[in-house]
Amino acid sequence: MTVTATEPTSAGAAGDDRVAARALAPRLLSRPEVGSLIGAIVIFLLFMAVAEPFRNVANVGTILYGASTIGIMAVPVALLMIGGEFDLSTGVAVTTSGLSASLFAWNFGLNVWVGIILALAISLAIGAFNGWLLLKTGLPSFLVTLGTLFILQGVNLGVTRLLTGNVASSDITDMDGFASAQKIFGSEVTLGPVNLKVTVLYWFLLTVIAAYVLLRTRMGNWIFAVGGDAAAARAVGVPVRATKVALFMAAGFCAWLSGMHLLFQFNTVQSGEGVGKEFIFIIAAVIGGCLLTGGYGSVVGASIGALIFGMTQLGINYAGWNPDWFKAFLGLMLLLATIVNMYVKKKADLR
Amino acid sequence: MSTATSERDLVAGRPDAPILELDNVGKSYGNVHALRGVSVKVRQGEVTCVLGDNGAGKSTLIKIISGLHDYTDGAMTLNGAPCRFGSPRAAQASGIATVYQDLALAPLMSVWRNFFLGNEICKGPFRVLDIDKMKRICHEELHRMGIVITDLDRPVGGLSGGQRQCIAIARAIYFGAKVIILDEPTAALGVKQSGVALRYIIKARDAGLGVIFITHNPQHAYLVGDHFVILKLGRVVLDAHRDELTLTQLTTEMAGGQELVELSAELRGVEPGKAIESGEVVPDRGETLAPGSKKEAAARAEDDDEKA
Repeated sequence: MTVTATEPTSAGAAGDDRVAARALAPRLLSRPEVGSLIGAIVIFLLFMAVAEPFRNVANVGTILYGASTIGIMAVPVALLMIGGEFDLSTGVAVTTSGLSASLFAWNFGLNVWVGIILALAISLAIGAFNGWLLLKTGLPSFLVTLGTLFILQGVNLGVTRLLTGNVASSDITDMDGFASAQKIFGSEVTLGPVNLKVTVLYWFLLTVIAAYVLLRTRMGNWIFAVGGDAAAARAVGVPVRATKVALFMAAGFCAWLSGMHLLFQFNTVQSGEGVGKEFIFIIAAVIGGCLLTGGYGSVVGASIGALIFGMTQLGINYAGWNPDWFKAFLGLMLLLATIVNMYVKKKADLR
Repeated sequence: MSTATSERDLVAGRPDAPILELDNVGKSYGNVHALRGVSVKVRQGEVTCVLGDNGAGKSTLIKIISGLHDYTDGAMTLNGAPCRFGSPRAAQASGIATVYQDLALAPLMSVWRNFFLGNEICKGPFRVLDIDKMKRICHEELHRMGIVITDLDRPVGGLSGGQRQCIAIARAIYFGAKVIILDEPTAALGVKQSGVALRYIIKARDAGLGVIFITHNPQHAYLVGDHFVILKLGRVVLDAHRDELTLTQLTTEMAGGQELVELSAELRGVEPGKAIESGEVVPDRGETLAPGSKKEAAARAEDDDEKA
């Protein structure tokens, strides 16, 4: 490091003239959400041009509903990725949550709310287990949660068949507490020509709360730090373990919320559902600017990522294209968004 | 060196009691004894320099004091009370701040977020981060260190090694109450910034902090140190006050003393005529880099990297 000796001016107290204040434009462009925002605008314009029903205001509710079911999970998944971890079990954890509420209430003939509370406990416990096992063993979260993914998938099918003799939970429409629970988890409000599902509200609320926590609270600072450099974070006194376990539990909580919507929207839950969803949540987070290596990303970006999904899913339908192409389109979006993210960030950082 | 060790008692007899004292502290990892019978006293308003070659046990010593590792033998006392830190947070709460060699900065986080990491200032009923206040303090503290970063929102990873070092030191001093440990603070710095860092060590000392300065540069140590401890293979081989030691003695002890003489003899035996008498200047070192030469270009490239 002898070359450092030739670093002359930066110690001058008067100011370091090599580093000028950055202009507004590059500063905005270096934000993590930029790639997803550009992507969302492009997709929006594309479907506005090619799909006639897409232009119908009444369909906004449908599009937002599709986005919200992904967004509710993409938000905690983004937080987890910023914190340096993956969760592959989120997709089936949603199903597990819905099933446990339904099966428990049905089998014991209890009020539906008892099942809901139990499902919450189970969902949080799954998150805590993921975090605990990860920290205990030091294994990468990819492996730990891949294990949880398959365990939950098997348990979902096995337990449901054991209790009902079927692959889906029984209809709980006529049970105590169903009506009130459905109001909370599956209702709809009408705003002018737009019908909004309650999940859209939850999605917005979660995005706002999570973005606030991430950028404006101490906990948020810790999330960035444990993902960016866990050893450094620990050295300055950040509770790394507690932060990571809390992030996994937040994913558990959101899985519960999604699971409850699933249950009270359709009255029954298919036990094989949810596999593959985890990747969609991760893709939404990555499109939104989260780095796979952690320490960087945005919750708002992840929500825009979810919106891109919602628009694409329905846009393809509305345009009359064969929905078989949806997945190919997604993969392409993922690649494009990440490349744009990388390119824009590099450009902005250089200025 | 044995005389120096025996004179330790003389120093210990001073009236001011040490704020932090390690008595015969040892640390084993399984059957590996990383540290054995190490005794160090840190007094307020004094700079205690811990010197040693790679693998001498300096890092293990810091880790014990800063709460990253527990010790397996001996005793550590803080203000006379025995102590064991379960975590770095516990050590910090007791007033021990550490600046690590790897600086403990998260590269993708902004300057001010790194500065306050783990010690965030919050306000209001919702415990919102007081960003303006943190940025202001961060700016002031860095300014005092002699560096000005115009955009505190810049990620730390984009700054030079020297700037990062300054952030880490300024942070530790701002939050460190009684004892500050500096793990090779000058190792990655240029000449001028090393000077700034050394001046800051003196400032911390004058402010009444007990400073533990880990280094393998005897020149830097002798410039600011009041007390010197040399570690070798996990043991203390020299423990002396400034009054009992000259820079030459310190340098010789640090370089390995007798071992260096033997090495010199050995090298001379292998390649007669090529070995260097101590004090003799090597002509090759003074070679100026011709402009346009490959070496010069490489040096300039590295230079640019530093500035980026």
